[in-house]
Amino acid sequence: MSTTNPKPTGGATLPPTEPAHSVPIKAIKLRHPWRMVFAILLVLVFVSVLVDAAFRPAYDWPAVGTYLFDRRISQAAVVTLQLTVYSMVIAIILGVILAVMRLSPNPVVKSLAWFYLWVFRGTPVYVQLTIWGLISLIYSTIDIGIPFMDPWVSFSTNAALSTFTIAIIGLALNEAAYMAEIVRAGLLAVDPGQEEAATALGMSWSQTMTRVILPQSMRVIIPPTGNEVISMLKTTSLVTAVPFSFELFTRSRDISAETFNPIPLLIVASIWYLFFTSILMVGQYFLEKRFARGVGDRQDDKKDLGTGTGVVTGVVPVVGSGQPTVIVPPTIKPKTTPPTNPGGQS
Amino acid sequence: MSDMNPSARNTPAAASVATAPPMVLAEQVSKSFGSNEVLKSISLEVKRGEVMCLVGPSGSGKSTFLRCINHLEVLSAGRLSVDGELIGYREANGKLYEMAPKEAARQRRDIGMVFQRFNLFPHMTALQNVMEAPIRVKGLPKAQVEQTARALLARVGLAERAEYYPAHLSGGQQQRVAIARALAMEPKLMLFDEPTSALDPELVGEVLDVMKGLAKSGMTMIVVTHEMGFAKEVADSLVFMDGGVVVEAGDPDEILTNPQHRRTQAFLSKVL
Repeated sequence: MSTTNPKPTGGATLPPTEPAHSVPIKAIKLRHPWRMVFAILLVLVFVSVLVDAAFRPAYDWPAVGTYLFDRRISQAAVVTLQLTVYSMVIAIILGVILAVMRLSPNPVVKSLAWFYLWVFRGTPVYVQLTIWGLISLIYSTIDIGIPFMDPWVSFSTNAALSTFTIAIIGLALNEAAYMAEIVRAGLLAVDPGQEEAATALGMSWSQTMTRVILPQSMRVIIPPTGNEVISMLKTTSLVTAVPFSFELFTRSRDISAETFNPIPLLIVASIWYLFFTSILMVGQYFLEKRFARGVGDRQDDKKDLGTGTGVVTGVVPVVGSGQPTVIVPPTIKPKTTPPTNPGGQS
Repeated sequence: MSDMNPSARNTPAAASVATAPPMVLAEQVSKSFGSNEVLKSISLEVKRGEVMCLVGPSGSGKSTFLRCINHLEVLSAGRLSVDGELIGYREANGKLYEMAPKEAARQRRDIGMVFQRFNLFPHMTALQNVMEAPIRVKGLPKAQVEQTARALLARVGLAERAEYYPAHLSGGQQQRVAIARALAMEPKLMLFDEPTSALDPELVGEVLDVMKGLAKSGMTMIVVTHEMGFAKEVADSLVFMDGGVVVEAGDPDEILTNPQHRRTQAFLSKVL
């Protein structure tokens, strides 16, 4: 091969003899001066806002400190969390049912699910919660029995449903409509070949769903659901429409109504909301990791890649001396971090 | 569906009562998607232990026919039985009754299927893929299933890859796992739907080798394929389909070396 090499023999700048190895590029990096300027400017603005806030009397930070762990507030925080968890659990279960209904071959079932979505997604949650709050005016008793006959059991709506229960029902039924669409998207995202393979193995529809389709759709379902949980945490502040007043926001408003000092209490409530959303985000991260098995864990290729690239990246530091010592294959990427220790094989 | 007329075809069923029924018996099978007739009156017979290759241009209906055999597609007309048992329908008093999903699932578990795009469950390891159906469908104890599953993976040459997820296996390895998964149900019939069409050329051989071994062990197989070499070497019979009809059928050597029909000649001149 070297005989056919058309290089002019006099060229001094040409790479040394071996044509099999290419010379790694050593170029002067392109500078981005405006990036730097803009970044410094942003940091300055941000810091000045922080410093200003720290010394502004209206925020009343000492009051924030006293109320942050006030018993009434921490109890309200627990209630907010309960509202979120209960209504979300119901919404997810109902959402799965509605999603499956929407994919049903039965047109009646399908239209019913669509109608539910149309009503509950098409009206504001605040309006829905207000209507739920008036439920005892609409249905004064709850009867169980055969329609148009004497009921077997009958109780007064006011006695049967506390405002807490009504708040959960209102939030859950609204959220179910959104969850249904999220779950449906997840189910549709799974390759139809998966259902076919499971069917061909003799698996029943429910086995196919629970063992094959749902676990795979979780990867698509979890990120937007995490979004919905966080959104729900904040929507609980609307249950004052029911009226239910023991959650975080309404509670802090009630306290500030006595102290005539609303701003620190709003900050207190915000801090609690932020605290909960942060925890939820961590939980979501681990859930996503769990359901990415076999798909999202490509970096887990220890067995195949570990020995290969691991060795190569070990040689990289050689590049940098003036004389390119060519033990380095041409495939190195400049910024590869060495993969995890290949020792941890399962 | 109105074409379904079982009374007119009572004779062949009655004749086969005396001897053991063929593994697959298709009598004038037709299938339409809307107004598009994909299969036009296909009649075929596959004997026990026979390996049949279905070849033909794409869109000729061979995959659809294969999918009809395990009721992944519902017939529009005709009758199809596996091991003497009508697929998808029960017959009583000269009437056909559609099967409940449960009964159809029971029929399918005896028919293994291998897909063009493998369709392994990506969230399960190779071993879990093979173990899933025997545990869930047959309700066999886990320890016993694991033993047979490992043996099956060894049989397809993947004993060391049992704990790998499909994404970490090559196409050829995935397809071999898929074959092991189908074999785990101890099927009496194996259907292969273009098992090597999605593979890189250098990976085709390993899958065909596994299939050859399977054929030697006496498994009844129907293989939709474009691998004429495989058809020539392994198949007991070859069926050439085009436009939803069987154009030519018979001994593979004869058809491949001396095709009678013009359409067969035209097709073979392109693929050989």
